[in-house]
Order: sequence, then structure tokens, then C-alpha cells
Amino acid sequence: MSSKKNVHEMLEDEGFHSLSGQKNTISIILTILELVLYFGFIGLIAFNKPFLAQKLGEGSATTIGIPIAVGTILGSWVLTGIYIFWANSKYDEQVKQVKDRIGG
Amino acid sequence: MPQAAQTAQTMIGQSNPTAIMFFVAFVISTLLITWWAAKRTRTTKDFYAAGRSITGFQNGLALAGDYMSAASFLGIAGLVSTKGYDGLIYSVGWLVGWPIIMFLISEPLRNLGKYTFADVVAYRLNQRPIRAAAAAGSLVVVLTYLIAQMVGAGTLIKLMFGLPFELAIVITGSLMIAYVLFGGMIATTWVQIIKAALLLGGATILVILTLNQFGFSYGNLFGQAEKLYTNKFLEPGGLVTSPLDAFSLGLALMFGTAGLPHILMRFYTVPDAKAARKSVFYATGFIGYFYILTVTIGFGAAVLVGQKVIMGIDKGGNMAGPLLAEALGGNLFLGFLSAVAFATILAVVSGLTLAGASAFSHDLFVGVIRHGQASEKEEVKVAKIATVGLGIAAILLGILFKGQNVAFLVGLTFAIAASANFPALLMSIMWKKFTTAGAVMSIYTGLIVATVLLVLSPTVWVDIVHKTEKEAVEAKIKVVDANFKNTTDALAKYKTMAGNKEAADKAFAEEQTALVAKKKELTDTVKDEKERGSQIKAAEAKTATTIAVLQSLATMDTAAAEKRIADEKPKYEAEKKEISSAMPKAIFPLKNPGIFSMAAAFLMGIFVSLFAPSKVAEEKFAAQKLREYIGIGAED
Repeated sequence: MSSKKNVHEMLEDEGFHSLSGQKNTISIILTILELVLYFGFIGLIAFNKPFLAQKLGEGSATTIGIPIAVGTILGSWVLTGIYIFWANSKYDEQVKQVKDRIGG
Repeated sequence: MPQAAQTAQTMIGQSNPTAIMFFVAFVISTLLITWWAAKRTRTTKDFYAAGRSITGFQNGLALAGDYMSAASFLGIAGLVSTKGYDGLIYSVGWLVGWPIIMFLISEPLRNLGKYTFADVVAYRLNQRPIRAAAAAGSLVVVLTYLIAQMVGAGTLIKLMFGLPFELAIVITGSLMIAYVLFGGMIATTWVQIIKAALLLGGATILVILTLNQFGFSYGNLFGQAEKLYTNKFLEPGGLVTSPLDAFSLGLALMFGTAGLPHILMRFYTVPDAKAARKSVFYATGFIGYFYILTVTIGFGAAVLVGQKVIMGIDKGGNMAGPLLAEALGGNLFLGFLSAVAFATILAVVSGLTLAGASAFSHDLFVGVIRHGQASEKEEVKVAKIATVGLGIAAILLGILFKGQNVAFLVGLTFAIAASANFPALLMSIMWKKFTTAGAVMSIYTGLIVATVLLVLSPTVWVDIVHKTEKEAVEAKIKVVDANFKNTTDALAKYKTMAGNKEAADKAFAEEQTALVAKKKELTDTVKDEKERGSQIKAAEAKTATTIAVLQSLATMDTAAAEKRIADEKPKYEAEKKEISSAMPKAIFPLKNPGIFSMAAAFLMGIFVSLFAPSKVAEEKFAAQKLREYIGIGAED
């Protein structure tokens, strides 16, 4: 492992700075979206049951609540997909660049 | 098919040769894998982390295998079949922790740690106090979850195979010890992967067979469900009553998933952070798909099997899935699915046992007792001894808790995981100023607050500690309710007979004939003896009340009858209020303490760290950050 001075040099590397900053931003935004998605769903159940009980259409038995619940499950998966897509296309590339430059 | 025509003729609960055949095939193949894995398990890295040779996709399946328990497969299908939409709400809560694991935990965990999550918390802090605290958090979570799974296993296997509870637990415990002891993480991982594939495959076939009955249209399925059980079945019902309660449970489920030691441990089995991240994506997909299948099975069982039959076999509805499998795929498919459920239980308890053994050997033995100095050979040996010890403890505790209400243990597991493990883990990754004292205090605070508040909550304080009082009050309320309903029904039905003795006598005879017919119907359809007894008793009470009403009506004029009808309701309400006042009350109002115990753990960690800052820990944060983000120096 590198000496202490070296670690500080690496940390001051602009590439590393932007990489860790970007990753934190993406992680926090996606976490907040997931919280909004799930607790929004719970909030609807707690405060607006009639909304979820509406029928999807004339003569249909399916309530709006069903696609919303399934949507919460699918939405969570899509969020993980967005993260993967970002990490694979942007983050890994940046990590590689920083590693090459500072010789990690 | 009309409901009443169906009877509860089923192979469920009898020793089913097909199920046994499938199960034996599963056991033989997993034991072969264990034998193969045993030859490849030499170092600690092999034992705890399968040599870090598992791919992202494989680990995704294995994570799903660790997480999808028999209780959630059978339990959620049962909940949906009996409660409809509320079961769907419940299933959503079990998925939403996974994205959190991906965004906040998986990559730093892989880059910073070696075998347990305590590695990460202890990375730049004092090893011994942190490892002792983290091991306490891990072991409590593992043990509570293990007891819940064992008791569930005994009950479900008894229901499905008719095997005695104790024997079921001994078989489960012995197999789980064998997998972990000889095959370590390699065998455990492959048991998870096979189980996940079988469970997802079996559930998919069941859903295809179900949808086939409805022309592959969910609209038709819901339409039929609405016809049978009214539109209430497709709307949110009584599951979420207090928003704060729902919020607190939601937090515990969400962040508890990210604090389960057996889940966290799996991220060390892959070669790097990229594979760790990928495995969460696959796991979230598999688990989400699984819950959608399970919910479909629940609705399908409600329509095709019928609530009456499902609840006649098991009041909680746990046999909805197997009953549907039998109805659509015959005995062969039932046997297959029962064996899959058994395999599911085995895989989950194996993962838990391995996580418990690692906390014991890697954190307690090496980290605390030996100050970090122990040979690999010694460490594996201690882990193996811990495996046997934990396995035996799980068998004994499972038998000890037979017939007990263990539902609270699952709530406790998630509350502790969310409060003791998750906050310390997150703060050690994210926060530069986090200190040893802060971490230790945060873990113990979460552990103690979650446990104490749960004991004082309605889940334990009312449902378990004051069970007798609660049940006495409930029984009284049930009698009053039934009495009121029977009386008002009879008054409404027969009020025209006021003063007409002849008509009342005729109705009297009809009521008695109807009672005989009803009793016969119940004897034919309700399989569970206790349930049948109570339904017959209810029918008798109803007839007795009706006859009493008829007799009194015969001596009244119409005006007196109308007055009696009007008087009935206030009388009933007053009576009910008086009885309800004797209901035992919880000291802590929420069913799950998550919101308070998590907040306490975070605040304690923050205050203690700020109160006594540590320069050393702050300085080491720089090196930690480099390793966290770009993986320089990560274990390989």
C-alpha cells in the first residue's frame, strides 16, 4: 500500500475527486427516489385508500392499487438497473483512468 | 365451479411418496455438491467466501436463495388468498431494501471488508471493541431469525408431509450442519443457487398453469376474484391503519435487509466490487419476480381452490400454494412443490448458520480473544465448532419454541438488523468523524432499544405476555358480536310473525332442520378439527338465538317488536364498550420499533463521535476512501 503522502496526493487528484463526488451524488439521489417510491405507496394506503380502490376502467375489476403495487416492485428494480447502467458506462471508466494516472 | 361443491380432499399432510422422492433427490444432489466442495475448502477464504470465485449472476441467484424463505413463499401466497390486496402490500415491503443495499452498501462492503461486515466497521477503528459489538449484533440477528425459520420449518413440514414437528427440525438441522461444516460457503452457495432455481421454476410453472385457467389474462383472474369475494378483496383493507406504524415497519424492512449478516456476507464471495453491484441487480430482479409470482398464486388459489378449503386446512392460509399446485398439477406437482418448500427452508437456515459461525470465529475468536492473531487452520477449526454449536442450538431452540407464536421474532430480527447493524455500517463508510466509541455505542443502543421497545409493543406485550387476558376479552367480544348479529338477523327476518304463534312454530321447525343440514355440510368441508368444532358451535348458537327471538316474537305485537329492534343496537354497543375496556394495553404503541430504535442508534453514534473526536480515525479515512471507491488494496 502507498505511503501516507502518496495517499494524500491521490486524494487530491482531480479525477478521484470528481469520481467520488459523482458516485455519492448518484447513490444519494437514487436512495431518495427509492424512499419516495416506497413511502409514497405506503402514504397512499395510509391516507388515500379510495384512490387505490378505483377501478382501472368500465367493467374492469382491477383496481389502480394493483398496478401501483406491482409498479413499486418494478420501479425498484429499474432504479437498480439505472445505477448499474451508470456505473458500467461511466464510473468504471473513470476508475480505470484514475488508477492508470496515479498508478494504483 | 361453485364453492360449496368442493370438499377438502387433498394429499396434503399425508406422507406423499412423490414429495419424498423429489426431496431425497434434492438431498442427494446437494450432499454430492457438499462432498465436491469439501475437497475445495482449505483456507478461510474458501470457507467464508467460496474463494471469491462466484460470478455476479450466480451470487444474484444465491442472494435470492438466501432471502426467499418458505415462510414468505407459503405465507404471502396464503395472506393474498385470504386477505387479497393487503397481502400484496406486505410483499412490496420485502423487496424495497435491495436497492438500498446496492446504492449504499454493496460496493464499499466488498472493497473494504474480508469476511464479515464487522471488517468494514472496524477498518479504521479499534478492532476489539468494534468486533465484540458487531458480533453481538450479528449473533442476535442470526439466532432470532434462525429460531423463527426453524419453528416455521417444523410447522410447515408437519402440515405438508405429516412428519412430526421434532423430527422435521432434527432433519433440517442435521442437513444444514452437514452443508456448512463440510462444504463451507462453496456448498452453501450452490445449495442456494439450486434452491433459487427450483423455487423460481416451480412458482413459474404454477403461475402458468393458473393463468391458463383465465385465458392468460390477469383481468379475468381479478374479475373472478371480485365476483367471489366482492371488490373489497382488490382494495387496501385493514393492514395499514396507523400511518406511523406502517412507516416504522417499512423502515425496519427496508434498512433491516441491508443489515442482515447472511446477506452482507455474500458480497465477499464475488471477485470485485463490480460483480458485487451486478449481483444485487440480479437478486432484486429475481426477488421482485418471485413476489409477483407469489401474489398471483395467492389470487389464483383464492379463486380456484377457495378460501373455505384453504382455511379449513390451515387457518393462516399457509397451504394455499400447495393446494393450488395439487388442484392444477395433481399429486406429482404437489410433491415437487412440497419438496421445493423443504429445500427452501434448508437453504435459508444454512446461510444463517454460516453467517453466525463467521461472526463467532472471525470476529469473536480471532478479533477479540486472539487480538487478530490466529492461523487460518485454527480459524477454520473454530468456525466449524461454532457451526455445530449453532446447529445444535437451533435444533433445541426450535423444539423449545414449538407451538409458540414466533411471528414477533421476524419483526425483531429486522428491527435489530436495521438499528444495530445498519447505522454503524453506513456511518463507518460515509462519515469521516465516526469514532470507535460512537460505533460501539450505536450498535448497543440499536440492539437494546429495538429489543426493549419490541417487548413493550403490542406484538409481544399484548399478544404474548398478556395473551390469556387478550384472548378472554376477544372471546367475549366475539360472543357479543355473534349474539347481536344473530338477534338482529332473526328480528329482521321474522318481525312479520309478531303475535303469530302458528307461523313462529313453523319457522322454529325450519330453523332446526337447517341446523342439521348446516352441521353436516361443516363436517364434510372443514378438515381442521378445532375449526370445525368452533364453526358448529357458532351455528348452534345462531339457531338457539333465532329460536329465542321467535319465541319472544310470538308473544309480542308489531309495535313491541319494532321497539325491541331499535333497542338492540345501543344495548350491544354499551356491552361491547364495557368488555373492551378490559383489553390489555401495550406500553409502547407501535407494532415495530424501527423508527425509534434506528433514530436512537444514529443519534447515539453521532453524538458520541462528536463529543470525543478521534484524530487517528479521521486520518485513516483518506486511505479508506481510496480503497472504497477504486478498490486499491481490496481483498482478492
